[in-house]
Amino acid sequence: MSGTKEKEQLIEILSSYSKEKKSLIPLLQDVQTKLGYLPKEAMQKIAGFLEMPEVEVWGVVTFYNQFRFVPLGKHHIRVCMGTACHLAGGKLILEALERELEIKVGETRKDGEFSLERVACVGCCMLAPVMIVGDDIYPKMTPFKAEEALIPYKQESQQ
Amino acid sequence: MIFQEIQNQAKSEWENLQSSTYILIGTATCGRAAGALSTLEAFQGELARRNIEVKIIQVGCMGLCYAEPLVIISKPDSFRVVYGNVTPELVPRLVEGYIVGDDPCLELALGTLEGGEGEAPYIPELPRFEHELRLVFRRCGYIDPVNVNHYIANGGYSSLEKALGRQPEEIIEEVKKSGLRGRGGAGFPTGQKWEFCHKAEGEPKYVVCNADEGDPGAFMDRVVLESDPQQVIEGMIIGGYVIGANQGYIYIRAEYPLAVERVRTALKQAEELGLLGDNILGTGFNFHIGLAMGAGAFVSGEETALMEAVEGKMSTPRPRPPYPAQAGLWGKPTLLNNVKTFANIPLIIERGADWFSSIGTEGSKGTAVFTLAGKLNNKGLTEVPMGTTLREVVYDIAGGIPGDKPFKAVQIGGPSGGCIPAELLDTPIDYDSLREAGSMMGSGGLIVMDEDNCMVDAARFFLDFSTKESCGKCTMCRLGTLQMLHILEDITVGQGKIEDIDLLLRLAEDVKAGSLCGLGKTAPNPVLTTIRYFRDEYEAHILEKKCPAKVCPELTAYYILPEKCERSCEHCVLTCPTEAIKGEKGEIKVIDQEKCVNCGTCMDVCPPEYDAVVKLSPVSLLPSENLSGKGAKK
Repeated sequence: MSGTKEKEQLIEILSSYSKEKKSLIPLLQDVQTKLGYLPKEAMQKIAGFLEMPEVEVWGVVTFYNQFRFVPLGKHHIRVCMGTACHLAGGKLILEALERELEIKVGETRKDGEFSLERVACVGCCMLAPVMIVGDDIYPKMTPFKAEEALIPYKQESQQ
Repeated sequence: MIFQEIQNQAKSEWENLQSSTYILIGTATCGRAAGALSTLEAFQGELARRNIEVKIIQVGCMGLCYAEPLVIISKPDSFRVVYGNVTPELVPRLVEGYIVGDDPCLELALGTLEGGEGEAPYIPELPRFEHELRLVFRRCGYIDPVNVNHYIANGGYSSLEKALGRQPEEIIEEVKKSGLRGRGGAGFPTGQKWEFCHKAEGEPKYVVCNADEGDPGAFMDRVVLESDPQQVIEGMIIGGYVIGANQGYIYIRAEYPLAVERVRTALKQAEELGLLGDNILGTGFNFHIGLAMGAGAFVSGEETALMEAVEGKMSTPRPRPPYPAQAGLWGKPTLLNNVKTFANIPLIIERGADWFSSIGTEGSKGTAVFTLAGKLNNKGLTEVPMGTTLREVVYDIAGGIPGDKPFKAVQIGGPSGGCIPAELLDTPIDYDSLREAGSMMGSGGLIVMDEDNCMVDAARFFLDFSTKESCGKCTMCRLGTLQMLHILEDITVGQGKIEDIDLLLRLAEDVKAGSLCGLGKTAPNPVLTTIRYFRDEYEAHILEKKCPAKVCPELTAYYILPEKCERSCEHCVLTCPTEAIKGEKGEIKVIDQEKCVNCGTCMDVCPPEYDAVVKLSPVSLLPSENLSGKGAKK
């Protein structure tokens, strides 16, 4: 957590929660939404605020899939790996994106442009297989269509 | 305000709406994915351009996901028409035709909601709707989910008013008599649970709604919350009154942002009318509902793990007993039910237990809600009386399998359920019949597979999911499922041994016996049922190194038939992501098996008139000069 702006944001978030254990997960979610990820210092501050050992916060953060320690890429890509998507070839989409973006699932590109994640099910099973870039859902993907869909985002990054 | 006044106000608002022309657009998550928001914009633009004032209401999902974006146009002195696949390009025509003029554009319609209108079918008479019985979904797609008055005008909250005037014991009796069983999947009798919780000692008590719909391939709860959230809230308030709780929580997946937003609005609106909060409807009864958001752990859908999560801890299950009804949230008596269970409650109070128990089978009353996905023509969502057969659902409601391919299996209940083969298609859908077939009702995801789906791969997929999502508390679940997964992985890459099948069966029993919660107890089900009904596929993988469905990449090779390759076309060469296809223009194209990643792009892009790309399994079917690379892979 580098900037003072982040620190100010954190203080503001903390002030709207009660000092109870049940605040932990909502707090972490709130901080992640606002900062984009969970910096180490933020987790320490939360532990201090809730008066619980840091290790307990760490345990909770690493238990749930939602939390992450690095910021997402500018374009965050999620590939659905639900049953319907799997049966329709979701894994091939994921592999195609890994090849195309030169990162593994769960990683963010060094240039910060793209990050790639697998999700369990986004509930759009009739459009399987789907990938989601930011908030835009791309239905009925093939490896080829997935690569094509990235082109505008890549052009945008190059500008 | 007394309820009568609230109701009158809501009814007059609803009647005003009915006496005007209005447009309903389904903008639940599935509709949005299909482009409903562009359709919405197109309507707004077209109406503005023509300077016409017509109300557009964003509604939830009617369940006809295959036809999204879905639009209904309602006119006061004419019939309502349902249009499917409404792209923005169609909008000007619909506005010109049915909003401005009197042409209902029936050629674009799925059907009408009032009967006898010539060429367009009458929707309730379509084969799909003849089998369906919509109870929980009766308002979905027809009312504004974020306008509580629409809900109230259509019968909402009258059950709460009725319930508050009765003794909790009477309501428990009613729910018991109705025969309602938990809609989360396990099917525990709801009335009994309510009674335990009512009698349990300890203060304060809590009500929790489990909306952590984690099964991949299931999205009914999402649709309920996005389309008609008030019925769930009403069910929870009644639950709170019955057990004597003043606080409830809805635990909802963070992956469902739209559902979260609509529920939040619904709670606020209910509070504003005094239907939720302090002194509900002037009776002195207080009940508050808070939202708790899931953080992406499948195990949180298990009731005891869910409570750990609400308390702010790692979501690991607790041993039972004590059951949540005795010691749940913060060790206090807690009534925990699924979204659809709560949604059924107002209906039972409104129409009575006798009516409810007349629907369904001996042991399973009411309706079952399923999402229909996989190899089906009409995917979406359906609600049928318990006892409807799988065949009716697959063929009559979902319109069968694309290309009339043979049905292979239906997977019900997600990672906890099992695969049911064609021989058992006449199995009635109820808790007990499905369990007998080795599957379970589960949360209601129904996924159909055809000959192009590999059953070993499907079992591996589910086990991979359960292994990743195991919380790690119980050794057998943490390590037993992992061992099973390794064995399945060996089989799918052609390194399985025939004794592995029996080993899997033994391990499956141990994992079931050695796990505390439903995740581990049911994780082996997909493996057990696929071995039970599709043992030959396991054997083909092991003995012949062959994947009959040609899915497992290590046992399957793509091959370009030289006699069919057109030579001058280069579609495959240019699109292959790994540059695995060789052949200059004018030469026959050949796939370098060493570079091939089995993505199937060449097969997709090969023009249908040539149709030169085929899949071969076992790999030994490849002509010998092609074989080297694939062989080297192993």
